[in-house]
Amino acid sequence: MFKMTPNVIRNLLHKKATRRYPRVTRPAFEDVRGALFNDVTKCTFCGACAMKCPSQCITVDRKDGKWTYELFACVFCGICADICPAESLHQQGEYRLPLPGRETITLQGKPKHNIEKTTKISKEKNDDSKD
Amino acid sequence: MTKTIIPFGPQHPVLPEPLHLTLTVEDEIITEVFPALGFVHRGLEELAIRRDFQQMIQVVERVCGICSMIHAMCYCQGVEELMEIEVPPRAKMLRIIWSELHRIQSHLLWLGLFADSFGFESLFMQLWKIREKVLDINEATTGNRVIVSVNLIGGVRRDLSAEQMKWILSHLSWVEEEIGRLETTLLSDYTVKKRTVGKGVLTREKAFELGAVGPTARGSGVAQDMRLLGYSAFDRLDFEPVVETDGDCYARSRVRFHEVRRSIDIVRQAASKIPGGEIRIKVKGRPEGETFSRIEQPRGELFYYIKTNGSKNLERLRIRTPTFANIPALLSILPGMWLSDVPVVVLSIDPCISCTER
Repeated sequence: MFKMTPNVIRNLLHKKATRRYPRVTRPAFEDVRGALFNDVTKCTFCGACAMKCPSQCITVDRKDGKWTYELFACVFCGICADICPAESLHQQGEYRLPLPGRETITLQGKPKHNIEKTTKISKEKNDDSKD
Repeated sequence: MTKTIIPFGPQHPVLPEPLHLTLTVEDEIITEVFPALGFVHRGLEELAIRRDFQQMIQVVERVCGICSMIHAMCYCQGVEELMEIEVPPRAKMLRIIWSELHRIQSHLLWLGLFADSFGFESLFMQLWKIREKVLDINEATTGNRVIVSVNLIGGVRRDLSAEQMKWILSHLSWVEEEIGRLETTLLSDYTVKKRTVGKGVLTREKAFELGAVGPTARGSGVAQDMRLLGYSAFDRLDFEPVVETDGDCYARSRVRFHEVRRSIDIVRQAASKIPGGEIRIKVKGRPEGETFSRIEQPRGELFYYIKTNGSKNLERLRIRTPTFANIPALLSILPGMWLSDVPVVVLSIDPCISCTER
């Protein structure tokens, strides 16, 4: 009998095990696999993330430079951020806040081969004008 | 005496997952039990033929949330055997550390749920408070709290620094101290003993005959533990399984309680014996052939059968989980029991239904 009583007294005299979330939050640990972000200025639209993703939540349109990420299908395994060759994908320590409905993030950037093409064309034009 | 049929589950306050039992009772005594499964079947084995063999690691992790690391470890071991890959020794030790952390949090979760099943709410809260610390270790070292996703074919994805190792061990000392405070309540309290001692007795012969595994078998005196096979780096660690002989709910809870301590000891040993070096090796080619892999999950023996034909997808993946093996034992101990003891006895085998149905 009364085997739990010492624990109860101890709990009364010590600080609480819970915190008043969301007013009080615990600082995030380092390298936590939180919300996924893509820096489209760095992204080369190679499609490696889409190919490796186990839940297939990422689709990449290499031609138009469109990166689509289905938030609710993502399992936060971090494979895409690990293998990204351009290091444009990264996970933040904070988790995403809850959302009222399903959402898809679409980012538009300049595909690498288009950038190369445009620079080539402009170079050729410059060469033409010189002649 | 007239017979009455009472449905137990799939939605029941004591069950964390949907298991349905059709109980035939005479007066208040159970005479017959008939199980029904299939409420959370997701067809994860079928995904093996659609995802490539490396993506399957993340799929098998989701067979069971509580022991995700151990599922992935079992799958990786199987594929590595097929590809004839020797995992670096450091990666093997790291796998052991994370898998034992998973066992600790799974047993603490179960002990809490078990306390809840006989109405001891405050004990449940205390145990889950301790479990939170283990989840913090998981989050800080792997990046995720429950589904840790650290396994790769050929090693692990993350390393532990010496500082992190020290931090883990200091947290585990706190966990050990805290569970020590609850030991007298959990194992010698009058009300706890009244609800668990002598309930759902599974004899040693019956446990062996019905193929019970894990703490259910060990609570009945069958010293069966897959860690004794020495998989990963267990052959380098000093380990003995926890065995009780009474075979009742109390014995099963004692086994799990002492296994938490045993796992903390294993993590300490692994931390002291961890070698330096690589944590992963580069993998080339595709697996070919068939194999099976066995590993000790918190609930018992986990069995993976993997068959491939050299393509990037697997041909067949078969997963036999410990709860599947323990259900016949559960059905054999329920007849003759009081209806009021059913929740405690059902929970005593630690049923993981989403594991069983995959």
